[in-house]
Amino acid sequence: MTTHPTLAVLTRYAEGSGLDDATVWSVEVHLEGCPQCRAGLAGATTDGTRALLDRVAIGLAGGIAAGPVPARRRRLWSAVHRRWLIWALLPWLTMTGAVLGCAVLLERLQPGLPSLVLLLAPVAPLPGVAVAWSRRVDPAWELIAGTPAAGLTMLLRRTASVLALVVPVLVLAGARSGVSLALVLLPCLAFTTATIALGAVIGVRRAAAGVGVLWTAAVVLPSVVTEKLPVVLEPGSVPVWTVAIVALAAFAASRADGYRRLSSHN
Amino acid sequence: MMRTVSAAETAPTTHPWAVHAEGLRVRAGRHLAVDGLGLALGAGVHGLLGPNGAGKTTLIRALATVVKPAGGRLRLLGEPVDGRADLRRVRRGLGYLPQQFGFYPRFTVREFVEYMAWLKEMPKPLVPGAVQRAIDRVGLASKANARMKTLSGGMLRRAGIAQAIVNDPEVLLLDEPTVGLDPEQRLDFRKLLRDVGHDSCVLVSTHLVEDVVAACSDVVMINEGRLVYQGTPDDLIAQGGAGDAGDSPAERGYSALLHRHRAEAAR
Repeated sequence: MTTHPTLAVLTRYAEGSGLDDATVWSVEVHLEGCPQCRAGLAGATTDGTRALLDRVAIGLAGGIAAGPVPARRRRLWSAVHRRWLIWALLPWLTMTGAVLGCAVLLERLQPGLPSLVLLLAPVAPLPGVAVAWSRRVDPAWELIAGTPAAGLTMLLRRTASVLALVVPVLVLAGARSGVSLALVLLPCLAFTTATIALGAVIGVRRAAAGVGVLWTAAVVLPSVVTEKLPVVLEPGSVPVWTVAIVALAAFAASRADGYRRLSSHN
Repeated sequence: MMRTVSAAETAPTTHPWAVHAEGLRVRAGRHLAVDGLGLALGAGVHGLLGPNGAGKTTLIRALATVVKPAGGRLRLLGEPVDGRADLRRVRRGLGYLPQQFGFYPRFTVREFVEYMAWLKEMPKPLVPGAVQRAIDRVGLASKANARMKTLSGGMLRRAGIAQAIVNDPEVLLLDEPTVGLDPEQRLDFRKLLRDVGHDSCVLVSTHLVEDVVAACSDVVMINEGRLVYQGTPDDLIAQGGAGDAGDSPAERGYSALLHRHRAEAAR
């Protein structure tokens, strides 16, 4: 910072006379960065300057009064209710909630069956994930696909909002039917990661459908028919699920460039 | 409004062309819509002309890095954007208005442009000012707080142009931007194009030959995915004779070029 100008210099600067150009510039540069000297300058103003300032203040006040009102701060609720994702997800989440509710009910009525909540938990978030990254549902998809923010990070952000809505429902359903929460949530997370990882190769919507059908055909149906909980959902399989999540997440991260373009798969 | 100029903005460019394509091939579905196109564009307003199905939209999509080229080389702002390149840096300097322009109906114009500015990773303190400037430039200031779903077709188009120019792009790609604009708005739009084209590369696809002649410094004409002609609007006018189809000199030039190209292709 430059040295403070003396009061005499400030007074002469305020009067607008008696200073050479070089001094005026250095005073101005100093005033820009020094509130104390600005205050000193305000005390040294002449009558003419004060009258001018008053005129400017009146003009500005009139302009502000005549102009548009300042934009109101957006409340959280209005920000939430304008998000298209929330509205697009609503029917799917309602369906997921209803299916899980039915599962809890069926467990009550048919205690002989293996826990349906446990069987359905892995596929519960998949419809939501498919909707969150679908060009048919997102109206501005083409615009978004051309922006630098498009990519894995954005998919993860949207998936997180889906999980934020699905996981509480799952926890509630799991607590009702009295099964291990780790066995409800870990497979759910693993299948979400698998969908994202596969999505880089074949598109998220197809990946969600494929993974969901595979699980239903290979695990859900046989265990309902044989009335036995499959090995993969026994308490001992928790480490396996954890390893699967880590491996799938690493694969998804390595294929991050698969999400950057407007792909015909989605 | 004053703003600080960053060092990156004043740095000399090290690339000869803002857009440089060599033997570019791009698929639209299974069809090869752009087939071996060579194109070099610098600063200025370039009008992209061509009949329906010539590959204009597919070319613009490829330039917007939205679809991946099937072959050839494509460099934007000196960086390769074909294959598995990291697109983030290039995309920050792009503005793109797609032909089918989708939007979120519950957003206001300002929220929409703000959201796009955020997606384009603009520095947060610059966003409100840039958004207001973009909305002012397209003449939507009085509608800035209206919901998108209440806007007319021409206003939506202008909101689309506002989101494309919000980040002061170095390469601005507009696909049919004048559809739905009334004559007065089209005049304003041409002025805006000339403003932006002063120091950036603007590529405007259109069917209106008179728009190209009035606003563009350069004409690019493609047909069936290949470059037919690149030159100034005056050259385009000079191509046409009295015997060619069309109501204006430029239209006659356009149809003469197209006719000649088709005759050559048939041989």
